[in-house]
Amino acid sequence: MEFLHTFLSDMFFKLWDNGLIQRGIWETVYMTVLSTVIAYIIGLPLGLTVCVTAKGGIHPVPWLNRVLSVVINFFRSIPFVILMVAMLPVAKLVVGTSLGNRAMIVMLVIAAAPYIARMVESSIVEVDAGVIEAAQSMGTSNFQIVWKVLIPEARPALITGAVISMVTILGYSAMASTIGGTGLGQIAIIYGHQRSNGDITWICVLLMVVIVQIIQEVGNRIARRTDKRIRQ
Amino acid sequence: MIEIKNLYKTYDSANGPISALEDINLTVADGEIFGIIGLSGAGKSSLVRCINLLERPTSGQVLLDGKDLTLLPRRALLEMRRSIGMIFQNFNLLEQRNVIQNIRFPLEVSGTKKGPAAARAEELLELVGLTDRKKSYPSQLSGGQKQHVAIARALATNPRYLLCDEATSALDPTTTQSILALLKEINQSMGVTIVVITHEMKVIDQICDRVAVIDHGKIAEVGAVSDVFTAPKSQIARELILPNAKATEAITGGEKLRLVFNGESSYLPVVSNLIMECQTPVNILYADTKDVGGKAYGQILIQLSDDERQARRVLAWLEESGISYSREGSVEQ
Repeated sequence: MEFLHTFLSDMFFKLWDNGLIQRGIWETVYMTVLSTVIAYIIGLPLGLTVCVTAKGGIHPVPWLNRVLSVVINFFRSIPFVILMVAMLPVAKLVVGTSLGNRAMIVMLVIAAAPYIARMVESSIVEVDAGVIEAAQSMGTSNFQIVWKVLIPEARPALITGAVISMVTILGYSAMASTIGGTGLGQIAIIYGHQRSNGDITWICVLLMVVIVQIIQEVGNRIARRTDKRIRQ
Repeated sequence: MIEIKNLYKTYDSANGPISALEDINLTVADGEIFGIIGLSGAGKSSLVRCINLLERPTSGQVLLDGKDLTLLPRRALLEMRRSIGMIFQNFNLLEQRNVIQNIRFPLEVSGTKKGPAAARAEELLELVGLTDRKKSYPSQLSGGQKQHVAIARALATNPRYLLCDEATSALDPTTTQSILALLKEINQSMGVTIVVITHEMKVIDQICDRVAVIDHGKIAEVGAVSDVFTAPKSQIARELILPNAKATEAITGGEKLRLVFNGESSYLPVVSNLIMECQTPVNILYADTKDVGGKAYGQILIQLSDDERQARRVLAWLEESGISYSREGSVEQ
């Protein structure tokens, strides 16, 4: 421990002993995971709808496709820092407050859902048109094609996409701390940047890197294990 | 019975409508293997997709056992498709499902109970001889094995019709033979009516009873395989049967005759008799004999000497010997 004291400031030990850093890790992980899950609940059907209704899709509805595309692009083109501030009233409307983690989750979902929709869309588009045609030739309904062909066949790409999305959301969650979100980002800003403890900033960075690595590694492993296209 | 009546199909493109199929009229009888042959882009894939309405005809009727498919509501159409199996050039198996799960797919979709579905899948697996690859994934199978799985899958719902879209075009000759043998067996033992789309004449020879030749979206001729094979009426059929005829035409100038053989006479040494009896040399430009339905059929394209007397002697000899022939020199290739 003496050895660590030569590198790290007293502030770090104070934060560690009070459990603030541990709490920061937990808050970051929990915000990221919860936002990803909720964003998927919105983004997955959205992405699927865009695919299905596209020209050449299994049930083309040009106007709906157009509308959804415009909405997705609209939200995708706003930088997160700006979106965050702009959406404060929406957060207040949804969760009753524009402060704290609950409000931040609303922002993260608003920012991530369109991103995920595009991820899902690009994964689903990769499904071989021939396979869809074969399913249609067997009298498969469009609903069954979505559930039994599109999603299962795109599964590895969907998982890889989820990993990328989750890492992006983790980054957003740190940005959210500038307007009142908690987690490692907040610790880095308040104790590292504002109180000039460079070591705390770097420790937060290191912890984020570790979390990203874990998400990436676990996600890729699942994607690989579920992909049956690889020769064993 | 499949009846196609006055079928037209046009696609919209940036440069205006493109006509893919024009006034198609065809009847496929129950229990037969019907071939549709044409060059790529002739419209054969569109035509086969109009049979199960994967593509909707622009106008015209598709009657299956007298019922017009183009008038069916969506739900009834999905139901009807279960009685028309289809296999493809690229097999189109579900990559994330193993062999047995692929075969079970149409049964799941049609709401068959798990028990009977599993039993049926096992039965089909045995029919196509892949019992030992039950748990393999498509990526672990060869092209031929994939097509066997696709055939088993197409037959799962006990269809009365099977559409084959270039089913052997991605396979090597040996595998092609085994797939064709399997199709023939399915036709004979299960009574499944088969429609075969191909650009290869040898596929038609081997398994089809009747053939339609399609060119530029129109049916050029239809008939029994042996008739179309021995006496092709249309230019396109001639090209498909003798793919090299075009090339030979360019190099030679003299009168050419196409000798057509049927059953008996192809066993006779016709060309050597001709040469010996007419005392004239002939140049063999192309020769091809095949075994069609147990009988031998063949064609020989010969070029006669430019001496007119000798040429007339040959023609007289052919008439006398009752060998059918046609003058190729007069035909625009």
